[in-house]
Amino acid sequence: MAKVLMTGNAAIGEAAIRAGCRCYFGYPITPQNELTEYMATNLSRRKGCSFIQAESEVAAINMVYGASLVGARAMTSSSSPGISLKQEGISYLAACELPAVIVNMSRGGPGLGSIVAAQSDYFQATRGGGHGDYRTIVLGPSSVQELADLTHEAFELSDKYKIPVIILGDGVLGQMMEPVEFKYEAPEKLPIRSDSLRGAKDRPSRYIKTFTSNPAELEELNWSLFRRYELIKKEETAFETFLAEDAELIVVAFGIAARIAKGAIRSVRASGLKVGLLRPITLWPYPSEAVKDLAKKIKNYLVFEMNMGQMLEDVQLALEGQGDISFYGRPGGVIPTPSEVSRVISRFYYQKGLK
Amino acid sequence: MNKIYSRPKSLKKAVFHYCPGCGHSIIHRLICEVIDELNIQDKTIGVPPPGCAVFAYYYFDVDMAESAHGRGAAVATGIKRAFPESIVFTYQGDGDLAAIGTAETIHAANRKENITSIFINNAVYGMTGGQMAPTTLSGQKTTTTPYGRSDNLEGYPLKMSDLVALVKGSVYVERCAVNSPANIRKAKKAIHKAFQNQIDGLGFSLVEILSPCPTNWKMTPLEAWHWIDNVMSKEFPLGVLKDATGAKDAD
Repeated sequence: MAKVLMTGNAAIGEAAIRAGCRCYFGYPITPQNELTEYMATNLSRRKGCSFIQAESEVAAINMVYGASLVGARAMTSSSSPGISLKQEGISYLAACELPAVIVNMSRGGPGLGSIVAAQSDYFQATRGGGHGDYRTIVLGPSSVQELADLTHEAFELSDKYKIPVIILGDGVLGQMMEPVEFKYEAPEKLPIRSDSLRGAKDRPSRYIKTFTSNPAELEELNWSLFRRYELIKKEETAFETFLAEDAELIVVAFGIAARIAKGAIRSVRASGLKVGLLRPITLWPYPSEAVKDLAKKIKNYLVFEMNMGQMLEDVQLALEGQGDISFYGRPGGVIPTPSEVSRVISRFYYQKGLK
Repeated sequence: MNKIYSRPKSLKKAVFHYCPGCGHSIIHRLICEVIDELNIQDKTIGVPPPGCAVFAYYYFDVDMAESAHGRGAAVATGIKRAFPESIVFTYQGDGDLAAIGTAETIHAANRKENITSIFINNAVYGMTGGQMAPTTLSGQKTTTTPYGRSDNLEGYPLKMSDLVALVKGSVYVERCAVNSPANIRKAKKAIHKAFQNQIDGLGFSLVEILSPCPTNWKMTPLEAWHWIDNVMSKEFPLGVLKDATGAKDAD
């Protein structure tokens, strides 16, 4: 189909419908309201589909849990403070090995913070976020096109590995308009997961639960989850490199920060600085091997984030003491310009004595 | 010889873990009898609570799924919206439905969700050891109201069923008890009606059941039965609080 001009939020909604999303449950919060509104307009009256503006984010994620129990593709979306409220449900989804797609169009924090884009929910997204020992797949798109593509991918990965998938965007990505092309048509028949609870018809009754009075049983569940996480690490880690081949300095950035960094890198390249980019697309699993591979020939790294250094820790963990890592961060919802970042890159480049 | 009483088909052959004199096992059985009578075992999905009834899936022979505390009505909403052909019920205690799950319950009722909630009121948090519930009576001693529940410090017993009855989207609300053969029969009739309403697509039904907890009340089972009659049902009067089903005996 031809490209259309859409906000990131609307593009997620359209991509979700085309991925066979049956249920959307959400609660208003800026800067992701266009997604909820898109689903109210375009999903709520579709055959077999359901849209609810829930009484809270807690209720919305638990409705998603209910819909996932019976095998529907279901999603919710929110922004940072609302995502904190959803952590209870995300933990239950992870524990019960249920698919779901959760979108975080993150904003400045902590607390009520601001409604402006920020990346300060990286820890919350990539370390589980709720109680208990679990992970979710976390995707970090950096354009409206990628939001659409990764929304489809999120439903596929979620079903394949029976794991909640977080799309970690931000207020800029959600609200900016870009041309986008949708690569899939909505399915004729909405998918229903085959292993779901649909009533004990022609089979014995089943239950889905985690609670047990036997710690050994729960330990086994945790082990089984982590075996699957190892498989996901092996199979699904994704990243992009940009002008990294001959680079002396690698900027590591994700999401909208990577988009800003690309502009900055183009501009410093024009002045002859050999700078490249590593952009993780999966924030969990983190592309640690890609970082390690680069470190075989490149010593200098600049981690750039719109927070005080959260993904920085993943780069440090990947490099295991190798390399020279600098950090530049703007927290609280301040959005740096490419020219600001290019000045920062140049400063580090010359300070390190690179030619 | 005629067999006039046997285990319901949808009740598993398992030994209940409940304390002697507890109401849960009676209520489990009543729900299973109703599921059998309505012939809905193969499309029923139950949402049991955290709390004493957390192991309900070991007893009910229907599909069931764990819910977080208070979220039963939201989980049931998701199930029913995604799979409208199912018959969905939540089984929730007073701390669950009337404290942490107040919002989910009220709003599910208000959206006219076509689900059935069975609300067990035993005036305490049972599994955690007998702390104050929203339904704890004024003056009642619990482990967190060791001097008795004070109206000024801990508030009044919350009449959640009355609140649900006020919500326009609820279709049927009745308060029952399981402390005598007569009351048990009435409770079964109410549960039957609450499930039938869902089959008929009428909307949100809630059956509150005053249920004895001799362990945390520190009474014998018989004293607990009498306490429901003499004390608890004075604060929580039994009967139909709302019937908007349009049935002959509806209000």
